[in-house]
Amino acid sequence: MIQSAAHPTGAHAAITSNLFGLFLWVTGFFFLLVLVFLGWAIWRKDRGAVRDRALRLTVTSWIGMITLGLFGLTIASYFADRSLAFAGAGKTPLRMRVTAHQWWWEVEYLDRDQSKAVTTANEIRLPLGRPVQILLASDDVIHSLWIPNLAGKQDLIPGRSTDLQLLPRQVGHFRAQCAEFCGLQHAHMALDVIVESPDQFATWWAKSIQPAPAPATPEQKRGFDLVMTRQCAGCHAINGTPAYGTVGPDLSRVAHRATLAAGEMPNSRAWLERWVRDPQSAKPGNQMPKIPMKPDELHAVSAYLETLQ
Amino acid sequence: MSEARFVGDASQLPDHAFGSRSTTWWGVCGFIAIESAGFALAFASYFFLMAQEKQWPASAFPPDLMWGTLTTLLLLLSEIPNMWLKRAAEAEDLRKVRTGLVIMSLIVLPIFVTRAFEFGHLNIAWDRSAYASITWALLVLHSFHLITDWADTLVLTALMHTRHGAKGRRFADTSENALYWHFVALSWVLVYAVAYWAPRL
Amino acid sequence: MSRVDGPDFTGDALHAALTETWSDAPGLWGWITTVDHKRVGRRYIATAFVFLALAGVLALIMRVQLARPESGLISADRYNQIFSMHGTTMMFLFAVPVMQAMAVYLIPLMMGTRQIAFPRLNAFSYWIYLFGGVFLWIAFVLNIGPEAGWFSYVPLAGPEYSPGKRTDVWAQMITFTEVAALAGAVELITTILKQRAAGMSLNRIPLFAWSILVTSFMVIFAMPAVMLASSFLIADRLVGTQFYNPAEGGDALLWQHLFWFFGHPEVYIIFIPAVGFVSQITETFSRREVFGYPVMVLSAVSIGLLAFGLWVHHMFATGLPRIGYSFFTAASMMIALPGGVQIFCWIATIWSGRPRWETPLLWVVSFIITFVMGGLTGVMVASVPLDLQLHDSYFVVAHFHYVLIGGAVFPLLGAVTYWFPKFTGRMMAEPLGKWNVLLSFIGFHLTFFPMHITGILGMPRRVYTYPAGMGWDTLNLVSTIGAFVFAASIVLFLFNVAISLRGGRAAGDNPWDAASLEWKTSSPPPPYNFDHIPVVESRTPLWDETRPVIPGLRTEVRELLVTTAIDAIPDVRDASPSPNGWPFIAAILLTIGFIGSIFTPWAVVWGALLMAPPLILWFWPHDPLEVKPEHSDE
Repeated sequence: MIQSAAHPTGAHAAITSNLFGLFLWVTGFFFLLVLVFLGWAIWRKDRGAVRDRALRLTVTSWIGMITLGLFGLTIASYFADRSLAFAGAGKTPLRMRVTAHQWWWEVEYLDRDQSKAVTTANEIRLPLGRPVQILLASDDVIHSLWIPNLAGKQDLIPGRSTDLQLLPRQVGHFRAQCAEFCGLQHAHMALDVIVESPDQFATWWAKSIQPAPAPATPEQKRGFDLVMTRQCAGCHAINGTPAYGTVGPDLSRVAHRATLAAGEMPNSRAWLERWVRDPQSAKPGNQMPKIPMKPDELHAVSAYLETLQ
Repeated sequence: MSEARFVGDASQLPDHAFGSRSTTWWGVCGFIAIESAGFALAFASYFFLMAQEKQWPASAFPPDLMWGTLTTLLLLLSEIPNMWLKRAAEAEDLRKVRTGLVIMSLIVLPIFVTRAFEFGHLNIAWDRSAYASITWALLVLHSFHLITDWADTLVLTALMHTRHGAKGRRFADTSENALYWHFVALSWVLVYAVAYWAPRL
Repeated sequence: MSRVDGPDFTGDALHAALTETWSDAPGLWGWITTVDHKRVGRRYIATAFVFLALAGVLALIMRVQLARPESGLISADRYNQIFSMHGTTMMFLFAVPVMQAMAVYLIPLMMGTRQIAFPRLNAFSYWIYLFGGVFLWIAFVLNIGPEAGWFSYVPLAGPEYSPGKRTDVWAQMITFTEVAALAGAVELITTILKQRAAGMSLNRIPLFAWSILVTSFMVIFAMPAVMLASSFLIADRLVGTQFYNPAEGGDALLWQHLFWFFGHPEVYIIFIPAVGFVSQITETFSRREVFGYPVMVLSAVSIGLLAFGLWVHHMFATGLPRIGYSFFTAASMMIALPGGVQIFCWIATIWSGRPRWETPLLWVVSFIITFVMGGLTGVMVASVPLDLQLHDSYFVVAHFHYVLIGGAVFPLLGAVTYWFPKFTGRMMAEPLGKWNVLLSFIGFHLTFFPMHITGILGMPRRVYTYPAGMGWDTLNLVSTIGAFVFAASIVLFLFNVAISLRGGRAAGDNPWDAASLEWKTSSPPPPYNFDHIPVVESRTPLWDETRPVIPGLRTEVRELLVTTAIDAIPDVRDASPSPNGWPFIAAILLTIGFIGSIFTPWAVVWGALLMAPPLILWFWPHDPLEVKPEHSDE
């Protein structure tokens, strides 16, 4: 299950999952008591005198039990909260910033050295076992970042800063989704979360700060020219090229991503062409306009984009 | 079914009463409670927005003190005839009530004038910032009550000058209208404190 | 010539005189001008059920869409409007109004008085409610219905991201329904505190009356929050204020705080009257007074108070300081205690009574099982760590449907079955009622139980579709099947109502042998409710040996008894306003003003001017020397 709170693969989700188990047992116990009392009330045969005194004693102990139960659960909740706050303490966290837009995710890896910072979109890659601190921001409306396998969610609120802590404990490919209704395509605002070994992560980072490879074949060169001269470069950025638009997702490594259009479709040349040909039919109302292109132009563009691994 | 057993006699009871013995008093108090909750939440919103800002008022002068203070003085002064009127109503003195209602109908007029000047001297348009919006909102909310109570008072003044005026029920209405005026005057003191003095702290 | 009721003016002669004084004009004009709380109450209840059906159909459409992954049946835009309308209609046009409507009908009868307090305001509030609801639905049909959810968060609902009039329609509908609810609350508090039967001291009023008293106070303090919030929203959208615009000092969270300060008490405003229904039904069908009256009252009052201290639990994911969150977790947990106590008291009443397993009591059993489950998942989401996973997922959708349907709709259906004989003079069909309880129980749990799992498995809410292969497919399909079974049970209920209206078994005054005063008078009650105002000497007046009454009210004018607030000592004779067309006209003009003001702020000015004449004429008294006694009110 790649988007499930019941399958924790991170420290935070694991703490929460254990807490849920405790709550389930305690509340289940109280529910059982209610059912037993109700069943007795329904099927009771000997209905003699009304015994209010016995009932008064029982209600007092019932109040006591509920109080203890609620108190215990509240304390357990506070302790879990503390554990969540301190999970991953002591190690230097990986610092990121995610900025939500209507209906895609801008993802930045921060570094004190600005030239080493990475900007990508709709994908979060994480090294195993290292705590992560993600600063959250929104460009337009309220969104919410929810990676259930790793942690609870946090809202991204325009004009406010919030943050999310993660500590992945298993490698794998997970899925996150926006969890605060953010308009037309809220249902199609997902993102891939890939947890890999520290070495693989370092390799990925190193490649991401390189300029994008130059187009090799004639078709790719034609595609490159089209991307730079048609509207694409006005909204998108590709490392080391004249394209540095920030309205839409960064495309420097678009072909390396697992999915396209914020988790909406698989990433292949065919799907990429479908998207570029008519973004409005794939995700009606999203901000990317339909740019008229002849079929061979479209093939050239997709050929170039496919090189952006 | 047993025959009805008759206990007591309601026919000797009065047909109107004052204060919490009157159902319309409860209605007016209910309305005052609703509006007080509204004001309290508006004040909470004011302080909530203020806590978000480093500078308050953001890039503006606070409202000019003179007109707001004048309104406050006039409203507090108006409480004198108001309290006199309330007592006259509870004493069921028709002549005094008629006079009092005329005074209350007229005494609002200079307050409308100062209120109009207040709006002109808030020193910021309502759409410039959240500070401006909430300040205007407080004044608009209060002005709404000022206008509706004045309209009530006018109607009651007219009514008390007709043949319907002499009935006991109408004296209770007058007393309750005076109660509502208490709310209008006293709620203003709080609005004045927040809108005019909070930005000066 | 004034005649008062009493030992020498009773029986048929009295009935004739009182009927003459208290009845309405005939035909359509009478229907429009009536101020009889029973007639207003019945149409209020019926209208609320129409909205229930409309919102229910929307739910079925949503479930059809979600039965399969990546279903292309309904577009994103349509779906977003549909879920917004479903929530808005259920919360604002069904749940709160139906509870107030039941109270409007029942409270004066339970209190032993002839009429509700402020009867013209009551009539007006129905029209405003109706016009607001119709306005919203016409907008929806014309494709300008709201699409930002029933909670309409900013900035999404603000001028920049929700252009057009859709959100304005939503925000103004709030104004309509809140005016109606606030008016109702003031009337009910006044009726309960001032118009009781002689001797019905506060510790003798039925538990339903306590519920409505607590609820009405909650309405008074909670509704202004949403009125303020929606007014600020309309102002942001219409005249450029900056309340919610972070770029100019505003704050998106201001909306959430104001909305949820209303929104949390709102759900208890819906639940507490249902608690009252359960108490009355349990008492009657256990044939004993509810166990623990003082503790039941304390529980209702403490829920009413605590409800105001929970609202931030809707905002646990917004990054507010943790220490603040701790307070709201504690308060949210605490509120389970009075709820748990009430559950005990009802079961204890059944346990120690001699239960009759008629349909209303079966609805109570269904309520206990379902609501307790919902309350327990509520305890779960009260915990911040758990909530951060469960918030905005289908788990929460399951939770609130368990508490709202289990906790309010099941008691409501039981209450309608229970009081149907009083409203109509006929019984609802049996054993159809019992099958209905079973069918709705099965349908409900089939629909909503899987959603707990779907949510834990990661499915967020308010999504018009979802990808295949996430482990959600089968669960969603089961929920959809359940939804149709549940819908069938609601249709069955309405069918039962329809056939019973015409051909139900005739009911007498008190077919259930209940204890409270509404069962003293005929079924349905005459326009004047009671021949003579009752005197009560216990909490269960109709189970007492004698049935004393207090004579002395005039019969040729509309007069009722006002008593002291705590001890119900007879105090004043009040004139009760007679039927009048101005509330209806005022409601129409106010509607025009409200609708106009989402297009231009000047509508506030000319709307107010339009309203002035009917409001004045509404209150202007008539000459007591007029010929027809029903037109005099002095």
